[in-house]
Amino acid sequence: MKPANFAYLRPSSLAEATQFLAADADTMPIAGGQSLIPLMNLRMATCRQLVDLSRLNDLRIWSESASHVVIGAGVTHAMIEDGQVPDPSQGMMRKAAHHIAYRAVRCHGTIGGSVAMADPAADWPCILLALNATVIVTSVSGERRLSMDEFLKGTYETALKSGEFIRAFEIPKLAATARTATSKVNRKTGAFADALCAVVLDGQDARIAIAALGTRAHILKSASQALGSKATVAELHRAIASDIAALLPKSDAYLQHLHETNARRAIAEVTRS
Amino acid sequence: MKSLTLTVNAETVTHVIEDRTSLADFLREDCDLTATHLGCEHGACGACSVLVDDVLTRSCLKFARQCEGQTVVTLEGLQDDADMEVLKAAFHEKHGLQCGFCTPGMLITARDLLLRNKAPSEDDIRDALSGNLCRCTGYAGIVEAVALAASRLK
Repeated sequence: MKPANFAYLRPSSLAEATQFLAADADTMPIAGGQSLIPLMNLRMATCRQLVDLSRLNDLRIWSESASHVVIGAGVTHAMIEDGQVPDPSQGMMRKAAHHIAYRAVRCHGTIGGSVAMADPAADWPCILLALNATVIVTSVSGERRLSMDEFLKGTYETALKSGEFIRAFEIPKLAATARTATSKVNRKTGAFADALCAVVLDGQDARIAIAALGTRAHILKSASQALGSKATVAELHRAIASDIAALLPKSDAYLQHLHETNARRAIAEVTRS
Repeated sequence: MKSLTLTVNAETVTHVIEDRTSLADFLREDCDLTATHLGCEHGACGACSVLVDDVLTRSCLKFARQCEGQTVVTLEGLQDDADMEVLKAAFHEKHGLQCGFCTPGMLITARDLLLRNKAPSEDDIRDALSGNLCRCTGYAGIVEAVALAASRLK
């Protein structure tokens, strides 16, 4: 369980980090390393150069405007759990952060690292998709902005190009009256989800995201529409069932039931009066 | 192979290491500090938990070089720590260990919990220890020990 050798580089600025990443295609950025280092120890991930972003203060920043909160990619799950950063999500991000892995992992693992890793069962891709966040990526060529839907491609696969890394997320602020909820099924506290659902209901605008099904997080489109238009419970449940069936690669009664039940739990929390 | 300097248990240490050396291997092999145990080496078992700049850290999930210039504290460095003394006594009284392999990680994780939560419920304790695996005790003694320590430290 030792990683293959690599050359370690610690940039002192974002600009230097982009230069290190551009200089050699066989370079990986590392943030919290809580997923990447296990993969390196298992030799499922190797590189010639490792660029350490974990101590860049420019990634550990946040800002708030009337309409958005911008959270730096290097903000850790624990910083969100502890309420150190402004919350655009009416409490959903803070609550969800507490249920990621274990405290030691949360103290180092970052929101940007989680999204860049794109594990299909990870929490942040699902939650940020539900929150309709924008991903801001940077490289020597400048910055690009992508929606979460454009960013997520598949299992461990994103729209990041060689030399790019996530700088920050821009997350729309929900209205004070908005309701949010997450629900997660996992067999052991801290383990990756077997089923994950994040729900945002902000007036007419509803977004239901699920993960741990297929290769990436998805919006349940017809169910979101049903929730936003105040459809009956029966209509909503039919929409959930058909959206989930469409995401299953092949019919699977267990996964269908698991994800339906999990989604219904999260939705029940936002519709409860 | 390049040299690395950081502070371990209040001493400045310098060793020549490979870039791929984990903090855990650095502590055990280069610093001869063997209270930090390596179980799984991929972040699942928690036996290698230490503090880096006072932050709870799995030393198998950190490269030593990432901690350059920072302050690392292992269980050896907490010998005179008042909270740790109370925890150790509680583990002794409540049979919080059998073989002892997981104990350094349990103690460091429990101390981190008690610093953040002065009156943890049993659920809080079980939640905080969920990332630390014990294969002997069935956890009951460990949870009771942490609860006892919490009541004494209140």
